[in-house]
Amino acid sequence: MPETGKPNVLKPLFGMTLEELSALVKEEGLPGFTARQIADWLYRKEIREISEMTNLPVRAREMLSEKYRFGTSEPVKVSASADGTRKYLFGAGNMKFIETAYIPDRDRATLCVSSQVGCKMGCLFCMTGKQGFQGNLTAGEIVNQLCSIPEWHQVTNIVYMGMGEPFDNLEQVLKSLEILTAPWGMAMSPRRITVSTIGIIPGMREFLEKSQCHLAVSLHTPFDAERRNLMPVQNVYPVQEVVDEIRRHDFSGQRRVSFEYIMFDGLNDTPDHVKELARMLHGLPCRVNLIRFHPIPGTPLTGTPDQRITEFRDALTAKGVFTTIRASRGLDIQAACGLLSTMN
Amino acid sequence: MKSWADISWTRAVVSENLKIAESAYLLKFPRTFDFQAGQVVALGTDPDLAPRLYSIASGEQDPFVDILFTEKSGGSLTPMLSRLKPGDSLMVSKPFGTFTKIQPGSVLVAAGTGLAPFMSVLKSGKARGATVIHGASYPEFFYFDEYLEETLKEKYLRCCSRVAGGDWFHGRVTAFIEQWKGLDPGRKHYLCGSAEMVVQTRDRLISRGVPFKNIDAEIFF
Repeated sequence: MPETGKPNVLKPLFGMTLEELSALVKEEGLPGFTARQIADWLYRKEIREISEMTNLPVRAREMLSEKYRFGTSEPVKVSASADGTRKYLFGAGNMKFIETAYIPDRDRATLCVSSQVGCKMGCLFCMTGKQGFQGNLTAGEIVNQLCSIPEWHQVTNIVYMGMGEPFDNLEQVLKSLEILTAPWGMAMSPRRITVSTIGIIPGMREFLEKSQCHLAVSLHTPFDAERRNLMPVQNVYPVQEVVDEIRRHDFSGQRRVSFEYIMFDGLNDTPDHVKELARMLHGLPCRVNLIRFHPIPGTPLTGTPDQRITEFRDALTAKGVFTTIRASRGLDIQAACGLLSTMN
Repeated sequence: MKSWADISWTRAVVSENLKIAESAYLLKFPRTFDFQAGQVVALGTDPDLAPRLYSIASGEQDPFVDILFTEKSGGSLTPMLSRLKPGDSLMVSKPFGTFTKIQPGSVLVAAGTGLAPFMSVLKSGKARGATVIHGASYPEFFYFDEYLEETLKEKYLRCCSRVAGGDWFHGRVTAFIEQWKGLDPGRKHYLCGSAEMVVQTRDRLISRGVPFKNIDAEIFF
């Protein structure tokens, strides 16, 4: 959504990297240091109009306003959960929408951002997949999900676990990570950001080489045939090859890799799964994060009861695999894991 | 797939590039590698442009590799692929992927160029007793229909969403599945197409009693 009175033909500044801003000011004949000044206004201050960039000469602001707009957009709807979670709906152009979940929890607050409108991965258990794929978000639209919510300054962690597959939109995701972590940008620690993938190996490799953010991989079962039924991506990038690729990178320091594991009753919660998971992840410094399944319409799957989730965690822990159970949040507003959708 | 830098690839010389329907092409180059029916290769024309994945549409022992693709207006690669002429070169990765375990007697459901991996399976003699359900917007997009009619006879079923009146079902594949009397939940079902097609077809199959364990899919990534 553009700011009032600014048609969309104007190019958004928000979402540009310092390199892009440097090229822009050069092209406009402005002094080189103006690029850092603009970045400062875009990513560190709470203004919404180019005219408010008061340390830029008036003429420069006027010149920029003729070709560019600030580029942030406010959420069009917010839903509040009884547990404090809030779900924001943002426009993403041409009557398309995305969702973002703000999840406060004691001394931390996590923002779950989307990277695409819809998703083309078609996982059996995911509501986003049911709406198909409508497009990629720009870096600006990704970072905007943080900067345009009232809780912006309370957010301590960001997870790319909303709508879409981040590594299917790698260029814009990497750009957004640069804006979030660069000293000229929002200067967040990459240790506060986790990018989640279902295992697009080439994208994951490039991400691990270019970014220091944490990685999460949707695993859900270690068995090939089972995973193909749940996640079509297994036919192109088998999870064993995903794990093999991860082993080529260093996770012994502060960077973490975790494996997300939704628990399906009678499907992926057996002793054989514990055994195979322990074998697959043996020696890899990582965490397995068990997630309760939140049923979606028409699903043939059911969630594992809590007691068995606990037993599964204990069995994996006994085999030396660090395992946790993720708390379900925002279930009453369809903001919990796997439920984000803007199909309607 | 983002870059050619870290994948193994070779250059192939185009043998033929046939326009088989509006915006649809069948690209051929000599087979210099072994592959399994159902696998994909990454293709490109320029090392600076991101490679794209395409299913191989030819048989495992065929002398040429066939790639079925449609030209996307505004696309970064397909307009260049469509302009390739015999003698031109293109970049081809090693074949990979595991959509290769198709069992005899299965139901193969495709939309548009999603037919490609199933053509490879059929031409490799690996899908005896298979039924093919192919969806297209117009009859001209029933690729390889002569081969499929001859090979599969009554087990070749077509769905055309925009044109009624032929010997096909008038409607989308999903609508066909909803009323298909020949549906057998005990058979394996393999789907190939866009995310929307795969998700909606899978939902229809499940609602008609096909266990999800009998459904495998490949999506155009």
